[in-house]
Amino acid sequence: MTGTLRLGFHAPQSVGEIADLLAEAAHAKIPVEVRGRGSKHELGRLVQTGSVVSTERLVGISLYEPTELVLSAAAGTPLAEIEGVLAERGQQLAFEPIELGPVLSSAPGQASVGGVFATNLSGSRRILAGAARDHLLGVGCVNGWGEPFKAGGRVMKNVTGYDLCKAVAGSWGTLAVITEVTMKVLPAPAETRTLLCFGLPDQTAVEAMCLCLGTPFEVSGTVHVQAPLAARLSDPDITKAGAAVTAIRLENFPGSARYRASRLKERLAAYSPALELDTQRSRAFWEEVRSLKMFAGSDRPLWRISTIPSRAAKLVAIIARTLDVRAVYDWSGGLIWLDTALTSDAGAVEIRRTLAEFGGHATLIRAERGTRASVDVFQPLDVGLTALTTKLKAAFDPAGILNPGRMYPGV
Amino acid sequence: MSLLTLPKPDAATLGRRDDIIRQLKKLVPNATLIVDQEGRRTFDSDALTAYRCMPLAVVLPGSTEEVSKVLRYCHDNKIKVVPRGAGTSLSGGALPLEDAIVLGISRMNRVLAIDAVNRVARVEAGITNSAISDAAAGHGFFYAPDPSSQLACTLAGNIAMNSGGAHCLKYGVTTNNLLALRIVLMNGEIVDIGGDYLDAPGYDFLGLIVGSEGQFGVVTEATVRLLKAPEGARPMLLGFDSSAAAGACVAAIIAAGIIPVAIEFMDRPAIQVCENFAGAGYPLDVEALLIVEVEGSEDEIDALLESITEIAERFAPRVMRASRSAEESALIWKGRKAAFGAIGQISDYYCMDGVIPLSKLPEALAEIAEICRRYRFRVANIFHAGDGNLHPLILYNANDRAELERAELCGAEILKLCVQLGGCLTGEHGVGIEKRELMRVQFSAADLAQQMRVKSAFDPEWLLNPAKVFPLEGRERQ
Repeated sequence: MTGTLRLGFHAPQSVGEIADLLAEAAHAKIPVEVRGRGSKHELGRLVQTGSVVSTERLVGISLYEPTELVLSAAAGTPLAEIEGVLAERGQQLAFEPIELGPVLSSAPGQASVGGVFATNLSGSRRILAGAARDHLLGVGCVNGWGEPFKAGGRVMKNVTGYDLCKAVAGSWGTLAVITEVTMKVLPAPAETRTLLCFGLPDQTAVEAMCLCLGTPFEVSGTVHVQAPLAARLSDPDITKAGAAVTAIRLENFPGSARYRASRLKERLAAYSPALELDTQRSRAFWEEVRSLKMFAGSDRPLWRISTIPSRAAKLVAIIARTLDVRAVYDWSGGLIWLDTALTSDAGAVEIRRTLAEFGGHATLIRAERGTRASVDVFQPLDVGLTALTTKLKAAFDPAGILNPGRMYPGV
Repeated sequence: MSLLTLPKPDAATLGRRDDIIRQLKKLVPNATLIVDQEGRRTFDSDALTAYRCMPLAVVLPGSTEEVSKVLRYCHDNKIKVVPRGAGTSLSGGALPLEDAIVLGISRMNRVLAIDAVNRVARVEAGITNSAISDAAAGHGFFYAPDPSSQLACTLAGNIAMNSGGAHCLKYGVTTNNLLALRIVLMNGEIVDIGGDYLDAPGYDFLGLIVGSEGQFGVVTEATVRLLKAPEGARPMLLGFDSSAAAGACVAAIIAAGIIPVAIEFMDRPAIQVCENFAGAGYPLDVEALLIVEVEGSEDEIDALLESITEIAERFAPRVMRASRSAEESALIWKGRKAAFGAIGQISDYYCMDGVIPLSKLPEALAEIAEICRRYRFRVANIFHAGDGNLHPLILYNANDRAELERAELCGAEILKLCVQLGGCLTGEHGVGIEKRELMRVQFSAADLAQQMRVKSAFDPEWLLNPAKVFPLEGRERQ
């Protein structure tokens, strides 16, 4: 340990340099902001530190074995680069990482792969394929002592020791700096079909979507977009309909996708499926869902709410009694993207009060800095979980130097 | 006892035994308390039967509150606790200690709720794995992880070990199928994590607790995801002249974008024993046999098996045969699922659980053959080819102590080989006591220190399931 950490922006090119920087920071008790490529900088609680440690210069894919369904990359590698390499071999990240660029008013395609796992943000396919954290097989990290450590490995099945990958995934850089990630990859489906129903009330749409997930057809996406938001999508038939749209996705080999779409259409007869999108139009539609096009270019606060699917419509209806809100239901209602009119607390009190009755949690994805400084961005935890959270933080970062306060005060 | 030792029991705790039993009786009068020699003997081992140890006492609580009372008492009195599901651990994860209470969860086995709309089940964690699927079957659902001990093993044990099963290639393992749990920490505190929704808020404690081998707390309830049963499923047999050809065939299937629900590999010795036992119609003149199963409608299955057949033809298969009936499918799986029992009929065996990258299969099998030849053991290999989980079964005589020790040394070399090849020590059985001392082969001191700090965050005095997972020496240094 030599000297004290220089203030300012650091983007080391090696794990060793990150370790040295953090060791110095720990020694001097200087907090650092932990950052990938900065694409989610305007998300989360504000971190006020004099120093930034970024992984943006730790780049490159070190291992890709398509037949073993595994890829390793340095944490700062752009997600777009990884998705490009996978696409060349007909593979993909099955959890369909959400693209937040457009709603955070930054360019799309800027996320680092480390940041994707550090925030555990998964897209529509999560209902079938699992979350980002389910695809994280191994990590290389540096903890708050400045010690490099690894967890997991490069094989699909691994119960050797504790699953620290899970601890690190979704910890927003507060436990360790992720320097390398090894992930499970999967074949990209050859064919995509999307069934569309128009004009369903929210509750009816949720019923239809839950019905789909209760079939053996491996539905890989179920989303319901309220009418005013549906108007912002590009597909001409959706805009022409001028109504709410409910979309059900099937992905498979061509014969299977078509067969399943026809079976599902029968099951959905009561909900009048009006249109079936082919592969090309389906991909365009789901790409817009993935990048939340419905909410782009607006400054209305945006919430991401995880709840019990069958209760989702009621939850939104109750919130809508007091707040001006618009909703997109993903995961059959299990995930609600909700934007609200500009208010001093972005509707936090009303949303969280209602959620307490219904079960679930809410994260404030978009709001101006002042709002994010004054309301809980992440769902407040109960006493028991708060105690565990504090202890876990101390087990990785006892000096509290890594992204202090990014998720919760004091963590 | 063989190579692995247990820490010396604490004499003071042993001396307080009568008092501890009296206190427990008073504390949880409705719990089942087993203190007699014969009763405790039932709990003195798990499925790693080479190791036995008589616990201080056995408590079988009937509620989360009782679990909490027992743990709080043990915490306050510095008494070690070994949590236990059904005792089916192959790694000694539930092996008692002389100065520890065994806290068994098996009486807490009720289904609390099944929600068909949201496709979740809330259960007490002592329920057996297959009982969850049985309870959900009426709604056409099942619980996906299916370890081969599923008739006996508990969900609590599955959570502790992050258990997988033959179908995890497609459906994932325990951690991917769990939405919520109720855990009692060592100090008696009850914590609820998650709910009937995906992805709990804050740190992923759910994911961290799964696979923690009963060292973070005792899970008493859980909410699991239910899946709709597929329209149909059918296996196919593919026999090859070499393991290299079989491995290359698996790689080619996956490269073609097909993820079968299961790809099981058996080598020649395993094929023969299974065929003798089950009469499954396995070919006996091949070096490697694959059972590849796909799911879907009849037409979809036909199409997938046709694609797989085309791919397999590139690797000069000796045998290619899709099952023609439900009976034949059942027979094909009966042979595979009976593998461990069948081998057990001809010899005692020591079941290893390493993981290797698929591409290293031929190299791994050649090396394993060489290691076993050096140690003078026969070996049969079963391999979950899709996910790289390799189960070499070392055949030995359990009544000969010297052979047991030699088998352990042989097994340790095999596991080291797995790590060298880019894999890991255990894919689904857990570290337990068995692989404790090998952890340094896979992890650096810093890696292990970080894991141990997390252990201390949950259980600062290391009272829960001690002497497992980490090398004993390293633990003392913490």
